[in-house]
Amino acid sequence: MTMETGLLLPYLDDEVAAPFWAACSRNELVVQTCAACDKSRMPPRPMCPHCRSIAVKWEPTSGFGTIWSYIVPHPPLLPAYAELAPYNAIVVALEEDPTIRFVGNLVTSANGAINEIDPATIRIGEKVRVVFTTIDDVTLPRWVRAD
Amino acid sequence: MAGLVKDRTAIVGIGQTAFGKGLADSELSLACQAISTAIDDAGLTPGEVDGLSMFSMEKGREVEVARNVGLGDITYFSELGYGGGAGCGVVGHAAMAVATGQCNVAVAWRARKRASKTSRPWSQVPGRIAGHWQWSRPFGVVRPVDEIAMLTRRYMHEFGATRDHLANVAIASRKHANRNPLASMYDKELSREQYMEGRWISEPLCLFDNCLETDGALAVVITSAERARDLAQPPAFIHAFAQSIPQQHQVMTNYFCEDPLIGPAYACASRLWERSDIKAADVPVAQLYDAFSSLIPLSLEGYGFCERGEGAAFTENGALEWPTGRLPTNTSGGGMSEAYVHGFNLVLEGVRQCRGTSTSQVEGAESCLVTSGEGVPTSALLLRA
Repeated sequence: MTMETGLLLPYLDDEVAAPFWAACSRNELVVQTCAACDKSRMPPRPMCPHCRSIAVKWEPTSGFGTIWSYIVPHPPLLPAYAELAPYNAIVVALEEDPTIRFVGNLVTSANGAINEIDPATIRIGEKVRVVFTTIDDVTLPRWVRAD
Repeated sequence: MAGLVKDRTAIVGIGQTAFGKGLADSELSLACQAISTAIDDAGLTPGEVDGLSMFSMEKGREVEVARNVGLGDITYFSELGYGGGAGCGVVGHAAMAVATGQCNVAVAWRARKRASKTSRPWSQVPGRIAGHWQWSRPFGVVRPVDEIAMLTRRYMHEFGATRDHLANVAIASRKHANRNPLASMYDKELSREQYMEGRWISEPLCLFDNCLETDGALAVVITSAERARDLAQPPAFIHAFAQSIPQQHQVMTNYFCEDPLIGPAYACASRLWERSDIKAADVPVAQLYDAFSSLIPLSLEGYGFCERGEGAAFTENGALEWPTGRLPTNTSGGGMSEAYVHGFNLVLEGVRQCRGTSTSQVEGAESCLVTSGEGVPTSALLLRA
């Protein structure tokens, strides 16, 4: 994956988000959930907007979803992205709760490049499944077609 | 609600620098020039200015502006965040400060040097991403255009909007700029064919769906309605003002709420119209924030010029074009063809429509809606003659 070094990556020690990225490194897609009222939320944040509890748990997900939207960026871009452009970026709505969404990329396999799928074939509503790829010290979720 | 703001204040002076790329002067200098021009336009003196309302992103700070322009004792100053969402907001805050007696004469402004590549915020992000951007940037959703393209694709999918609709927006703005000698695109026409052949920036958005990158500054002077009647220019009264951060909003990457296509405009519009005697159907001309073409249909819906999902169809048959369109929009050329100075040029064009001095003047316009950034915490003004 040296090709993608130079991408913008998250910090792994963020007070709120660290458990999400730690789960990714175990190849698990989790969603922050209120330990008091059981409502899930994405992106993670310190307080539950429904009940104001700060107690959280991280629930496993099915890892399946549908493409909610997608884009195909072209230059001018930061160098690491320009090298890959045009590539796809997608928003995935989680199968069990479509209001839980993740930004990601559609690939053909876990370590596939984000520019390997012909963008003209991507459709909103396509079913996808999470996979994981590791870049430097960060494991990112990616998505492959599930149908 | 009688309203402490309604018609109690007016924009009495406007000023702007030339627009360009790579202007030699600093942002502070540009700000001072625009403010100075606006004070002169109003027929006031710098010593009478006692209020400052600015974008928190301003490079030139209040104290620097005050001691350069030679302003009086400043008794009110405040700043607003969220970039393009703040344009109407800083004017509204100045109006509230004047209406409540915290100051008598306030200036609001925006100065920016955006045209140099190094000034673009997305090109300066560090190698590691904190905060909410960590949920989008690692995946290549890096620039504002990528963030809005994602919402645009979904909008096209849900409501049948097409690139032809987006072209309607770009072409209307360009036609207006072609009538405005001060616009960056004054001498460049844009045909539908050129639009369709424009290079992609972030599909489904092409070059012509993007605002310009501009250096320049603009300023307005706000004072009480009573004082306004005795000054040099016809007042543009601030009839209504509203701001909004809608529930569960996320800045730019608003993909995570129940319905991301219900943007900040909706919450802002409901308060604006609640405070206004003039309704959307009676507004003859609008300046709608246009960092990207697709924000126009979203704003037309949010501000109630049409129903949800009808914003794209609204743009058909030249509806946005002066002089015969149903709602001439961005009559100076807007962010897409006049200048992109965080939407502050839209405020000045709203004032010109109320004064009767626009280069694409809507005959007898008695009011003008001005909006700020859609996709960010936003604000709007309803100005009236």
